[in-house]
Amino acid sequence: MISGTFHTSYRSDMALRRTWLERLRLGLFIAFVLLFPFLAGKKPYPIFLMNQIGIATIGAIGLNILVGYTGQISLGQGAFMAVGAYTAGILSARFGVPWWLTIPIAALATAAVGALFGIPSLRLKGLYLAIATLAAQEIIIWVVTHWEAVTGGVDALVVPPPMVGNLRVNTDFRFYWIVWLLVGLTALLTANLFRTRYGRAFIAIRDQDIAAEVMGVNVFAYKLLAFAVSSFFVGTAGALIAHYRGIVTWERFTIDVSVLYLAMIIIGGLGSISGSLFGAAFMTLLPAFLTNVGRSLQGVFPMMEEFIPYLQQASFGLVIILFLILEPEGLKKIWEDIKNYFALWPFSY
Amino acid sequence: MDTFVQLTLTGLTNGMILALAALGFVLIYKASDVINFAQGEFLMIGAYMLYAAIVQIGLPWSLGVVVTLLVAVLLGVLVERLVLRPLIGEPIISVIMATIGLSSLLQAIVRMIWGSQPKAFPAFIPSTPVTLLGATIGADRLWAIAVAVVMMLLFAFFFQRSREGIAMRAVADDQQAAMSMGISVKKVFAWAWSIAAMTAAIAGALVANIIGVGPHLSHFGLRVFPVVILGGLDSIPGAIIGGIIIGLLEAYVGGYIGGGLNQVVSFIVLVVILMVRPYGLFGQEIIERV
Repeated sequence: MISGTFHTSYRSDMALRRTWLERLRLGLFIAFVLLFPFLAGKKPYPIFLMNQIGIATIGAIGLNILVGYTGQISLGQGAFMAVGAYTAGILSARFGVPWWLTIPIAALATAAVGALFGIPSLRLKGLYLAIATLAAQEIIIWVVTHWEAVTGGVDALVVPPPMVGNLRVNTDFRFYWIVWLLVGLTALLTANLFRTRYGRAFIAIRDQDIAAEVMGVNVFAYKLLAFAVSSFFVGTAGALIAHYRGIVTWERFTIDVSVLYLAMIIIGGLGSISGSLFGAAFMTLLPAFLTNVGRSLQGVFPMMEEFIPYLQQASFGLVIILFLILEPEGLKKIWEDIKNYFALWPFSY
Repeated sequence: MDTFVQLTLTGLTNGMILALAALGFVLIYKASDVINFAQGEFLMIGAYMLYAAIVQIGLPWSLGVVVTLLVAVLLGVLVERLVLRPLIGEPIISVIMATIGLSSLLQAIVRMIWGSQPKAFPAFIPSTPVTLLGATIGADRLWAIAVAVVMMLLFAFFFQRSREGIAMRAVADDQQAAMSMGISVKKVFAWAWSIAAMTAAIAGALVANIIGVGPHLSHFGLRVFPVVILGGLDSIPGAIIGGIIIGLLEAYVGGYIGGGLNQVVSFIVLVVILMVRPYGLFGQEIIERV
């Protein structure tokens, strides 16, 4: 009978996964990710969905660093992703920069833009900051659609598929490995970030900014840093979209995308890496699920096909409202409740 | 000179409509500290209700307006009761997201019923061109200004003279003090939401009369932000003056500079205002500095 978790060395106390059960769960998850393409029989559709989830997870972790951990509400996610996607797209399409180099460059460029639009956060917070980032979203997308010499304006930018050695990464199966490698890296970096003074400072600012300032946290610098770090990962996700889709258009980065990502981290769980994954998976699978249900009902209700987009939109709104009212802490909380239930099972009361 | 008058008139009408949309927005914020991202959808629903009442059911337009206003009241009360009340005391991001989710839901419902194609609106206000100071302008736009002015006067009267209006101001000022004076804060919230929905419906009908009914009407929801920030989030005169300034600014920039800059100039102003004077021109100066 376990009565608690006791650590007898600093090494085990400081570990990222501290109990065998945690390590086992992580191992199972990694095994699942590694085996998934083969379990799915290399069929494109499931792997496509997993790729979508992977990219969304990176973006959601990025947004969560800013919103969930640092407490700065941002409605500029879509525009920041656009910066990443266009940087990577332009570099590889026009200048022939190898894809693996475009991703970090795009991430850094997005970090710089993110920090720039983070400047209002020095004076504003809460609602006003949300509105300022909303303005950032509108301004950046306007620049993207009107700066034709660089972005090509409203026309789509075609990006050549990435090459690994002589292998053209142009199938879902091949891209899968790039995406999930980066998901793993992002999760690992973020998990460790919040074990350093920087991450702790972010959390301190979220919980009480004035107290943080009094305790010697430079609120100005750390808020900008939070914007930069968050945008770094968001830009990574944007660059991945550019390389994966092979096409970059501004329509993929509107305010709706900002809202979608906010919904992901709220439904998944604010301030949690696993929550970001849950939210990304949920918000990717929900529309896919509705499409499939709609298609299968096609025979009974012939009108179904054109109703699917509306159904997706309605369920999107409804899910957000229901989660906020019924489970504000999101899927992460549900997952924790399940774990806690089984921690003492069958003798829990 | 003619261009100037023309642009001024266009800007004024657009500004008046923006001000009407912003009015409801400010009202909700003032009474309950909630930012309503679904204001654009309220506007759209108002336009569609009037469309349904006049075109699809065939009511005379005076009756159609009454039906629309009743539906708007119902919508406001329902939203307040079902979505916002359970979230009292939750963090700001929850409230923001709830109204965003609401906007998505309402948008989807409207599209399910009426499809996503814009429809021509029965011109219940004629759009015959009128020449004024050497500029030509549709009569519908002049009507829009007139209706907006009447609405604002009604608002002013409501807040100065009526019992409910005074109660609402009291709640906006200090909820606890209002409660201890026997004002039902819940009732005031319901009032605020239904009045906001009503003004949005009127604004929606006015816009629809000029540009037709369609899901694109909900874009006004985003365009309201520069207006309310410029005027001050909690100031009703601010919403009106902010609306006029933004409307004129967009018209002048569109007319004299062009290049699509008019689509984004209000957001640039928004950022500048937020950096320099976050409480806007007339807002109460209670921004917490970090």
